[in-house]
Amino acid sequence: MTTSDSELGLVPRPLVGGEAPERSAGRFAGVPASRKRERAQMEGRAFFTSHWLGIALIAPQILLIFTFFYWPAGVALFWAFTLERPWGGGNEWVGLANFTAMLSDPVYWNSIVSSAIFAAASTGLAMSTALVLALLTDRELRGSRIYRSVLVWPFAIAAPALGMAFRFILAPEAGFMAFVNKIWPGLWNPALHGADAMICIVIAFSWKYISYDFIFFLAALQAIPKSLIEAAAMDGAGLLRRMRDMQIPLLAPTLFFLIVINLTDSFTDSFGIVDIMTQGGPARATELMVYKIYFDGFKGLDYSGAAAQSIILMLLVIVLTIAQFRFVERRIHYK
Amino acid sequence: MRTTLFSAISTLAFACLLATPATADPVKIDFWYGNSGDISKRVQEVCQHFNDSQKDYQVVCTSQGSYYAAVQNTIAAFRGGKPPTIVQVFDVGTLDLMLSDAYYPANKLMADNGYKVDWNNYFPGIRAYYASSKGDMFSFPFNSSTALLYWNKDAFQKIGKTEAPKTWEEAAADMKALKDAGYDCPFAFDISEEESWQLMEQFSAVHGEPIATKNNGFGGLDAELTFNKTKFVKFATDLKNWYDQGLAKIKSPKTGEDYVAAFASGHCQMTLTSVGDHGNIGRTADPNMHWDVAMLPVYEGTKRHNSFVGGASLWVLKGHSPQEYKAAAAFLNFISQPEQALFWSTVTGYIPVTKTGFEYMKSHGFYDKPPYKGRETAIAELNVEPVGSGPGGIRLGNFLQIRGELSNGLQEIFANKKDVQQALDETVQRGNAILRRFEATYKGKQLP
Repeated sequence: MTTSDSELGLVPRPLVGGEAPERSAGRFAGVPASRKRERAQMEGRAFFTSHWLGIALIAPQILLIFTFFYWPAGVALFWAFTLERPWGGGNEWVGLANFTAMLSDPVYWNSIVSSAIFAAASTGLAMSTALVLALLTDRELRGSRIYRSVLVWPFAIAAPALGMAFRFILAPEAGFMAFVNKIWPGLWNPALHGADAMICIVIAFSWKYISYDFIFFLAALQAIPKSLIEAAAMDGAGLLRRMRDMQIPLLAPTLFFLIVINLTDSFTDSFGIVDIMTQGGPARATELMVYKIYFDGFKGLDYSGAAAQSIILMLLVIVLTIAQFRFVERRIHYK
Repeated sequence: MRTTLFSAISTLAFACLLATPATADPVKIDFWYGNSGDISKRVQEVCQHFNDSQKDYQVVCTSQGSYYAAVQNTIAAFRGGKPPTIVQVFDVGTLDLMLSDAYYPANKLMADNGYKVDWNNYFPGIRAYYASSKGDMFSFPFNSSTALLYWNKDAFQKIGKTEAPKTWEEAAADMKALKDAGYDCPFAFDISEEESWQLMEQFSAVHGEPIATKNNGFGGLDAELTFNKTKFVKFATDLKNWYDQGLAKIKSPKTGEDYVAAFASGHCQMTLTSVGDHGNIGRTADPNMHWDVAMLPVYEGTKRHNSFVGGASLWVLKGHSPQEYKAAAAFLNFISQPEQALFWSTVTGYIPVTKTGFEYMKSHGFYDKPPYKGRETAIAELNVEPVGSGPGGIRLGNFLQIRGELSNGLQEIFANKKDVQQALDETVQRGNAILRRFEATYKGKQLP
C-alpha cells in the first residue's frame, strides 16, 4: 500500500491502535478494526471510502445519460400533456387530451398493429436466416472464413442507403421485380399494395439485422465445446439431430438476447427505412409507430402529438421487454 | 471535488462557445437553407457573389439537406439561443413563422437599415402568398416556381397535334389518342405526400376553387378544408378513370422511375411539375426529343385563375446584433437585384420574383432561345389576372400533415380501397382535426 493510494482514498488508511474511523463503517461494521484491515488485504481488493470519488467517476456517464436520455424524455413527457408551439413562446396544458385523441383514433391503432406485424415478421426472418447462416458457417464449410467477415458488413450500411437499394431492387417497373411482373402482370406493386410494401420494409430491415444476429450466433456456436458435438456424432447423431438437440438448446441465452434486441430495434429503429421506401404508404399500410412520430414531429411540427406517441411507444417497449424477461427468460438456463 | 467538476464542465462549455467563429473584421452571418444537390451549389454561388462584391460582410451559407430539416434545425438552434441570422422557409411553413415571435420582419429590417424596397415590384401572386393580412412582407421571396404542363411534342405530332391541351377534356382525348398511337404512358403523376401539390393545390388555384374556408386560411385560424366539395372531386375521379384505362400512370421512386424522369426519358408523354424542373429536364432529356411547357389545363367552361407560387422565402431571425442585421439587409438587398435574378433563374429554372428582374431578363433575350424558352409561361400562369381574385395562396397550419392525409386518401382511391368521395370526405375530416389542433396550439394568437 502506497501513500498516494491512501491519499486518493482508494484503500483505507493504515489504522492505528485498532481505532476505526467513523467512515469505515458499513460493510465491516461490528468487526474489530484490525480484522477489517486483514480481511481487506486478504481479499486483495481495493474499495472506496470516499463517496465523492465514486460519484466523480460515474459523473460523466450520469451526465451523458441525463443529457441524452432523462432530460429529453422528461421534456417529451411534459410536452405530451401540453400543446407545445414549435418556435417556443407558449404551451397550453391539456392534460390527457393528446393521449385520448391518439387512442381514440382508429388510424393510430392501425399503426400499432402494423408495428407489431413488422416487429414479429422482421425479427423472425432476421433471426432464422442468421441462425441458418451461422450454423453453416460454424461447420467450417469451404469459404466460411470469407462468409464470416462478409456477412457482418450489412450492419454497417446506413438505413437510407439500404432503403434506396432495396427500393430499387423491389420496384415493380425496374430491377428484379420488373421481370417477375412481366411473367405475372400486376402481381407485385408496393406503391399500391399494402402487403407488398410491408414485405419490402421487412426484407430491408431484416437484411440489416441478419448480420448483427449472425455475429452473436456464430460467437455462441463457437463457444460450444467441440468435444460435445464430436461425442454426439460418434454416438450416431446426424447433423440435423445435433443442431436440434444440442446446438440450439445451448444457444438459448443468445436467442433470448437477440429476440429482445431485435424486437426493440424494430419498434424504434425502423423509420429511416420506412421513410425512404414507403413513407408509411400505401394508404398507411406501413405507417409504423416510430415513423408516425417522426412524420408528425419532424415534418408536421406537431411536437406534442409526437411526444405523446413517443411516451406510448416507450411504455410499449418497456412492457414488452419486461414481459420477455418475466415469461421467456425463466425457461432459459445460462449454464 | 464538486468545484473541480463544476469548473471542468464550465470550461468545456466555454470551449464550445468559443468554437463558434468569433466575429472578425468582416461581419459574418449564417444563412441556412434547405435546397440540396445542384440547387445547393447554385445557392453557394450566390453567396460567393455576395462575398466577392464587398468587404464589410460575409455570409456563410449552409445546406441543411431539405426544406423541413432547415426549419427543424433552425427551431432547435433558436431554442438553444444560437439561431442563424437568415433562414430559408418553404411556402407552407410561412404560417408557423408568422405566428412565432422568432423573426425580425423583412420590411422593418430593410427600413431600419436604410434600404428602400418597393414591395409592389414583387409579382402580385408572389406577394399574395407571403404577405400578412395587411400586405406587409415579413420575409423575402427567394426561390419561386409554379406548376406547368410538360408535353412531348414528338408524340403529339404523331397524333396530329401541335399544341398542348388547354382543357382537361382535351387532355383526356389526347391521352386516348396517344395510347391508341402506341404510347404506353400518356400521362405520369405521383400521389405521395411531397408530390400531390400540383394535383390538389395548383389545380384548385387555376380553377379558382377554394381549398379551405376563410380565404384558404388567410382570414383566420378557424378555417376548414373544403376540397371534398369542389371540382377537385371531379378531377380525382377522372384521374382514377384514366388510371384504370391505362391512360395515366403512377410514376414514383417506389415504382422504379419518378414522373419527372419518366417524362425526360420519353417513357411518359405528359406530366405536371414545377418550372424548377425545366432546367433539369433540359439537361437529362435526349437532345433530339422535342418537348415544351404549357399552362395547366382547366376544365371546359372554367375561367382561368392565377396559379400559386411554390418555393421558399428568406426570414431573418431575432437574437442578433445590429451589425449582423446590417449584413443581413445588405445580403437580401443584393439578391433582389435584377442581375442576380438573371443569374439565379438561368442556373436553376426558378422564376424571377420581381417585375424588374423579369424585365431585365426579357431585355437580355433570356426567354427567346432554347433552353430557357418556355419558362415565361410560368410568369404568365401566375399573372393571368392582373389583380388576383382568389386567396393567392394557402395559409393553413401543419400543412405537411394535411398533405400526408391527402396522399393517404389518394392512395386509398387508387388502391380501390375507397371510392373518391368517401376517401376525400375522410381526408378533409382528418385534415380539419389537424387544423383544430393547430388552432388550439396557438390559442389566443391572431394571424398578423
